[in-house]
Amino acid sequence: MTMIAFREALNQAMSEEMERDSNVFIMGEEVAQYQGAYKVSQGMLQKFGEKRVIDTPITEAGFAGLGIGAAMIGLRPIVEMMTWNFAILAFDQLFNNAAKIRYMSGGQFKVPIVVRGPSGAAHALGAQHSQSFESMLAHIPGLIVIAPSTPADGKGLLKSAIRDDNPVMFMESEMMYGQKGEVPDGEYVTPIGVGDVKREGKDVTIIAWSKMIHVALAAAEQLANEGVETEVIDPRTIRPLDETMILDSVKKTNRCVIVEEAWPFASTGKEIASRIYTKAFDFLDAPIEHVNGADVPMPYAHNLEKLMLPSIPRVVDAVKKVLYR
Amino acid sequence: MATVLSMKEPKEIKKLRWKDLGLSHSQLVDFYKRMLLIRRFEERAAQEYGKSKIGGFCHLYIGQEAVGVGAIEALRDDDYIFSAYRDHGHALARGMDPKSIMAELFGKFTGCSKGMGGSMHMFDVTRNFMGGYGIVGGHIPLAAGTAFGSKYLGKDSVTVCFFGEAAANQGVFHETLNLAALWKLPVVFICENNRYGMGTAVERAHAVWDIYQKASAYDMARGWFDGMDVIESYRAVKEAVDHARKSNEPTLLEARTYRFRGHSMSDPIHGHYRTKEEVEEQKKSDPIPRFAEELLHAGIVTQAAIDEMEAEIKDVVNEAVDFADRSPEPPPEFLYENVYV
Ligand SMILES: Cc1ncc(C[n+]2csc(CCOP(=O)(O)OP(=O)(O)O)c2C)c(N)n1
Repeated sequence: MTMIAFREALNQAMSEEMERDSNVFIMGEEVAQYQGAYKVSQGMLQKFGEKRVIDTPITEAGFAGLGIGAAMIGLRPIVEMMTWNFAILAFDQLFNNAAKIRYMSGGQFKVPIVVRGPSGAAHALGAQHSQSFESMLAHIPGLIVIAPSTPADGKGLLKSAIRDDNPVMFMESEMMYGQKGEVPDGEYVTPIGVGDVKREGKDVTIIAWSKMIHVALAAAEQLANEGVETEVIDPRTIRPLDETMILDSVKKTNRCVIVEEAWPFASTGKEIASRIYTKAFDFLDAPIEHVNGADVPMPYAHNLEKLMLPSIPRVVDAVKKVLYR
Repeated sequence: MATVLSMKEPKEIKKLRWKDLGLSHSQLVDFYKRMLLIRRFEERAAQEYGKSKIGGFCHLYIGQEAVGVGAIEALRDDDYIFSAYRDHGHALARGMDPKSIMAELFGKFTGCSKGMGGSMHMFDVTRNFMGGYGIVGGHIPLAAGTAFGSKYLGKDSVTVCFFGEAAANQGVFHETLNLAALWKLPVVFICENNRYGMGTAVERAHAVWDIYQKASAYDMARGWFDGMDVIESYRAVKEAVDHARKSNEPTLLEARTYRFRGHSMSDPIHGHYRTKEEVEEQKKSDPIPRFAEELLHAGIVTQAAIDEMEAEIKDVVNEAVDFADRSPEPPPEFLYENVYV
């Protein structure tokens, strides 16, 4: 095991896969000469050269679509979106082309592309730069959606994503790029669609992913001081979802809180809750509680931004509510 | 064929100075003062950013002041303005209260967007300042929309839209140019070509480096001007705006300019994409001292008057910071206001 930052883990994943397979390349805004807007691709231009580490103009729809076309004939593009907020411009390409070409062609083509970048709020970036789109992406059949929470998961899942023959949407976090964690030495991959128990407990289950895992773990720590044993589980992949892990945990604890940064309406959390209600209804001792970003665009003002986002106290309160405390 | 404006070809540009443009001395002094205000305001904003009074992305306009000031001086009060995220300069040039802009940067309720927008999203409905926008190129069609609206409503307001050269690669830029040309909309697109889209030089991102030439695909009037010269900026924009008002025809103008600071507060001034020497060389054409010299030389102002303006602007900026500091944050319940009407 080695302690490395999230951005470095992602860099290792991409570099290792590029060494393994010459059809893998990365393109995006500022990925090459500038060494990455958030330094995720640092050093890759020097290592792999201009043919495989490519700066694009600010043309998200164009280069996403170009990547999809290249993937149709066997290349394995990694398309970096400076943030997912800008990827909205490419949603037509992702939704109408990447997600559907396999199906529309009756299985003749596959689109092994990875689209990756930071998602969600950072700090005071305002309404247009602070959005979480995993629920929206996961709504589209044909897309795989991954949102890891640790450097180790990030590395293993990104390697799987690059090797996967489906279009994979990979959501990172600006706030987590500097976060360090233990990463296994040597070659490993983390399977897509398999979740991970981040903390074991018997009293209540918190389901979270990406940045929110860290809010959930901090809340669990605080609850431990009050004698509550919280289980924190991380699906890691939003679609396909590790339903088995979720149902097993809820059947054990009988209480569940779902924490997500995204807006509450038609969210991933609601999808998870629906599956629990349908398949483990009799095991629940309380209705599921949701902690979401407030149902508003992100305000700039610091005090309101803090109110908008899920916080440790809000998660603690939600846990107490399902425990009837 | 699109109407040929005098700025259509670079070599045709005539160096008209103020006399030919009918500008009064007090107008010229005002040009200077506005540029200086923007410069000093943003220098202070950078300091306040360093103290964490301002958060998030903060894109300074330093170096480009002549474009915004010259262009906006050529507008009427009932004309519309759209900006991108590098919008403080445009807001100040439009005469928005420095206090309300600083308060917005501080995320205060007295800000021009009530603290909800921040650096990238300054709005002022009373001045037809239609906002700053954060998605590169995303606001360009909105400008065609207000131009469409003016025409529809039988008004002769013109819309001006500022954006960077990198935005001119986005699909929506081309879609909008086509619509504006096809439907003859009174809009002037002002591309502020500061040579870099973040860390990417024009030459590395554009197949055609003369941005204004992109309008030729739509048979649209076009031209470029020296964006480090406030008079040139005024002249070119005035001509395009007058043309739009008279004939409902759009123009694409390219302002050749340069930003002296990093792309945003988190980007160093020089580094992976440009050298210190290049920046220093460019600073020789700093629009503010350049214009001061011209005014002094022509005897329009004295050095004493210029010093006085400095002092006056210093007070204005101090007041703006004090005001922002003292202002309240938006109340918690405001989080849920204005999601819908
Ligand atoms: C659609 C989109 N992609 C990427 C970004 C990130 N970004 C913000 S500004 C910028 C550079 C834009 O350069 P330019 O249009 O030339 O304007 P300038 O910043 O030089 O004023 C980039 C890449 C964004 N805000 N929106």
